[in-house]
Amino acid sequence: MAESHAKVQKAGGGRFCCICNEKRAALKRPKTLEQICRECFYTVFEEEIHQVIMENQLFKPGERIAIGASGGKDSTVLACVLSELNRRHNYGLDLFLLSVDEGITGYRDDSLETVKRNEIQYGLPLKIVSYKDLYGWTMDEIVKIIGLKNNCTFCGVFRRQALDRGAALLKVDKLATGHNADDIAETVLLNILRGDIARLSRCTAITTGEDGPIPRCKPFKYTYEKEIVMYAYFKRLDYFSTECIYSPNAYRGFAREFIKDLERIRPRAILDIIKSGESFRIATSTKMPEQGTCERCGYISSQKWCKACVLLEGLNRGLPKLGIGRTRVSGKDQKKDIKQSSGMKSIASKQCGSLDF
Amino acid sequence: MQLTVEFGGGLELLCDSVKIHNVNVETPKGVQQLIMKDLLVWVQKNLIKERPEMFIKGDTVRPGVLVLVNDCDWELSGQLDTTLEEKDVVVFISTLHGG
Ligand SMILES: [Zn+2]
Ligand SMILES: [Zn+2]
Ligand SMILES: [Zn+2]
Repeated sequence: MAESHAKVQKAGGGRFCCICNEKRAALKRPKTLEQICRECFYTVFEEEIHQVIMENQLFKPGERIAIGASGGKDSTVLACVLSELNRRHNYGLDLFLLSVDEGITGYRDDSLETVKRNEIQYGLPLKIVSYKDLYGWTMDEIVKIIGLKNNCTFCGVFRRQALDRGAALLKVDKLATGHNADDIAETVLLNILRGDIARLSRCTAITTGEDGPIPRCKPFKYTYEKEIVMYAYFKRLDYFSTECIYSPNAYRGFAREFIKDLERIRPRAILDIIKSGESFRIATSTKMPEQGTCERCGYISSQKWCKACVLLEGLNRGLPKLGIGRTRVSGKDQKKDIKQSSGMKSIASKQCGSLDF
Repeated sequence: MQLTVEFGGGLELLCDSVKIHNVNVETPKGVQQLIMKDLLVWVQKNLIKERPEMFIKGDTVRPGVLVLVNDCDWELSGQLDTTLEEKDVVVFISTLHGG
């Protein structure tokens, strides 16, 4: 790479950075179409995230914050940027890395190695919670029983709870996740396509679950995936990028593809979709499910038992189909929901319940 | 023409998990130059071993694949029309794998 630096960036056509007017431009920002150099990119990238954090009051001084760390690009860049901003702007936060070990040989064990390196690189204490410890089952064991068809239902439900339980163990005030602008635009589209008004209004919120045990926030809500990957590349950040072996086609979802096609034609489209999502207000006639607690494990649930307990009961009784395809049971719409949520599998593009922020 | 072609972000999985390829690309007869459009055809034919649809869509890279020529975003250099020279480094990174 040293050699490519030495080479004149003739590919850039000798264009100068439109911010500093000194160095040669290294990338075109999708958000603004500006051509900027690497150093100016680092600055605007980090400071825009700082602005989002300040404007939305994502953190308070003295808070303990867990970063949901998968070893992938988004959470790796989030860990890097948050620890830098925490220093630079004196947020006064205690930052932690929180990872979930689903028990997927050859996938999660490798990505956890990445997270363990991040622990050292950023000096952030790491906590790993495993499905095996929490539920008595690894994903490998679950897949052996239920096959490859519904495994992401388990993965998604279990991961969500596992993160909450890990956050409780770390005694953190909040969980920050690496969901980026592309993820959120995709979720808006999918929730529109599924007619899921409750999730549609929730999915653009930058902070969610403020009434629950651990609020979650998304500092990358307005950050383009392209810039996250460029940042990781230019800074040579160490991240893991192998697809989940149990959802090999997950990222080929058409909504993602559609978003990326739109971005190529008009990069602003991603922000505009988020804006549209934000503008939806739930009509008062749409009933939101009431939140209670699971009678069995005490986790928040709108039903008698939480989703994880229903799935576990099925596994432990040898009826693994129990609880699958009833993700959104709410009163009289029950029947309709069963149909819709099984149809959802085919259009969900990111694996493991990440639709459900 | 000697070039270095690098794959990242999971794209290396399409070429036997090899990330860095030092390659020698023949230029068409009587032509000294190569443009990215030619290189994409060459890469697809010579380096990509499986699932080419993860890399190419139509006559260009699939949306979501970032391209850098000598560490510069190819959107600044004319994308498919970017001209390549001896010893250039071309990097392809997928943004689509994992989060
Ligand atoms: Zn600059
Ligand atoms: Zn999965
Ligand atoms: Zn429960």
